[in-house]
Amino acid sequence: MLPRFWRKIKYRYDLVGTKCKNCGNSYYPPRNLCPVCRRKSDIAEMKFSGRGEVISYSVVHEAPEDLKAQKPYVVALIKLEEGPVITSQLVCDPENVRTGMRVKKAFRKYGEEGEAGIIYYGTKFVPDE
Amino acid sequence: MIGIVSYGTYIPRYRIKAEEIARIWGEDGDVISRGLGIIQKSVPSLDEDTATIAVEAAREAVQRVKIDTTKIGAVYVGSESHPYVVKPTATIVGEALGIGNEYFAADLEFACKAGTAGMQNCIAMAKAGVIEYGLAIGADTSQGAPGDPLEYSASAGGAAYLIGSKDVIAEVEAMYSFTSDTPDFWRKEGQPYPSHGGRFTGTPAYFRHVTSAAKLIMERTGLNASDFKYAVFHQPNGKFPARAAKMLGFSSEQIKQGLIVPYIGNTYSGSSLLGLAAVLDVVKPDERILLISFGSGAGSDAFVIRATKAIEDLERNPKVWDKIKGGVYIDYGLYLKFRRKIKVR
Ligand SMILES: [Zn+2]
Repeated sequence: MLPRFWRKIKYRYDLVGTKCKNCGNSYYPPRNLCPVCRRKSDIAEMKFSGRGEVISYSVVHEAPEDLKAQKPYVVALIKLEEGPVITSQLVCDPENVRTGMRVKKAFRKYGEEGEAGIIYYGTKFVPDE
Repeated sequence: MIGIVSYGTYIPRYRIKAEEIARIWGEDGDVISRGLGIIQKSVPSLDEDTATIAVEAAREAVQRVKIDTTKIGAVYVGSESHPYVVKPTATIVGEALGIGNEYFAADLEFACKAGTAGMQNCIAMAKAGVIEYGLAIGADTSQGAPGDPLEYSASAGGAAYLIGSKDVIAEVEAMYSFTSDTPDFWRKEGQPYPSHGGRFTGTPAYFRHVTSAAKLIMERTGLNASDFKYAVFHQPNGKFPARAAKMLGFSSEQIKQGLIVPYIGNTYSGSSLLGLAAVLDVVKPDERILLISFGSGAGSDAFVIRATKAIEDLERNPKVWDKIKGGVYIDYGLYLKFRRKIKVR
C-alpha cells in the first residue's frame, strides 16, 4: 500500500494529468497513450485548474470502515473545466448538493492506516459558489 | 526591498459557540464569553489537519501572484499540532504545491509563534540572496482538554506568507525578538493535551514578552504608536491583545481590524498571522503595521511592516473577514466527533 501510494502522490495531491498535443484532449488520471490518437499520441503533463461542475452524485450511507465517521457523505462525478470527468468525494452537506453545482479542488485527508500508520492526503472537491 | 509578496489564509468552516461548550460543563456561557472575549471558535472537520490547512493557505498565497512554484526555495511550517511527531509537514506542502525537490524545508515549533519564526527565516534568507521566494506558514488544529478553560479558545486555522524581494506588497522594515525561558504552557511527548500555569500565563509570560518586544522594536526604529495605522498582537483570547495594546499606547481603533479571536478562537501559530492577513486585506500604500506574535516558553517576534504601492494590484479577495463570517454551527456532540474525542472504531 505504502509504495503504491507514494508513486501516485503527485497526481493525488494535485490534479496533475496529461494532455495529448496531437488532438488536444486532456486526461485525469494521467495516460501514457492517447486513446484517440494511439500511435500518433503526443503526451505531455498538465496541471488542471481544479474548477469543475457536478454532473451526477450519490450520497453514501453505507460507508467502508475507515469512512464511517464521515457518513453520510457525497461522491460526485465532476466534469473539470478542461474536459475530463472524474469521481471524487465532494465535501458538502448532502442536502445542498445538486447537479450543475460549481466546485473546486481542496486538499484533504483521505484516511490513515490506524493509530500508528501513515496518513494519506489527496484531492477532494468543495462547493465554489 | 525584502517583504511580503503575497499571503493566503484558511479557516475551517465549522464553528462552536462558547455558550454551547459552557452548557456541557455547567458554566454561564455569557460570563465566559465576556470574560474571555470569545463568542465562538472554528472547528476542523475529520479530514482536515495542520497539513491540509497549510496547503490550502499556501495555495491561495501562490495563486494570487501566479508565480512559477519551482521558484520557491524554502518552506517553513510552524505549528504545535503537526500531524506527525516525526515526519515533516513542510514536505507535504512542497509536494502539493509542485515546488520540485530543490528547496530548504523544516517544521518549526515554538508554541504560537512558530509561524512568525518561519517568516524571520525566509526574510533573512531572501536578504542574503539564498532564495528568490520563501514560504512561511503558521497553522494549527489546537486542542484543549474537555472541561479545561482552553477548550473555549483552542481552534484551527492558518496563514501563509510568500516572502521575497520582487513585487513586494508590504516591506518588512525591521524585525526583533524578545525571548526568555518561561514555563507558562507546555505539552510533553505522548500527552494529548497541553498543560498551563493558569494565571501565570498572563503577566510574566504574555504581557512581559509582547510589550518588551513591541517597546524594543519601536525604540530601535524610532517609531511611536501613532506612526502605525494598525497593530496586531497574538490573540490567545480577546482580552490579552486589547490590554497589551492599551499598555503600549495603541487605541482600540488600531487593533480592531486584526482582532479576529472573538469569532474564530485562538488558532495558535495561525493567530497573529491571520490577524495580519485581515489587516493586509484593507491596508493602503505607506500605512504601517506593527505585528507582535507570542509563543509560550516564551518569546515574542516583532515586525514593522509598511504597505507598498504594489498592494493595490494584488487580488485580495476572498478576505479574512468574509471567511470568518461564513461558518456553520455545530453542537458539542458533533464537536467531540470532529475532534476525535470519541473514538470511532
Ligand atoms: Zn490525442
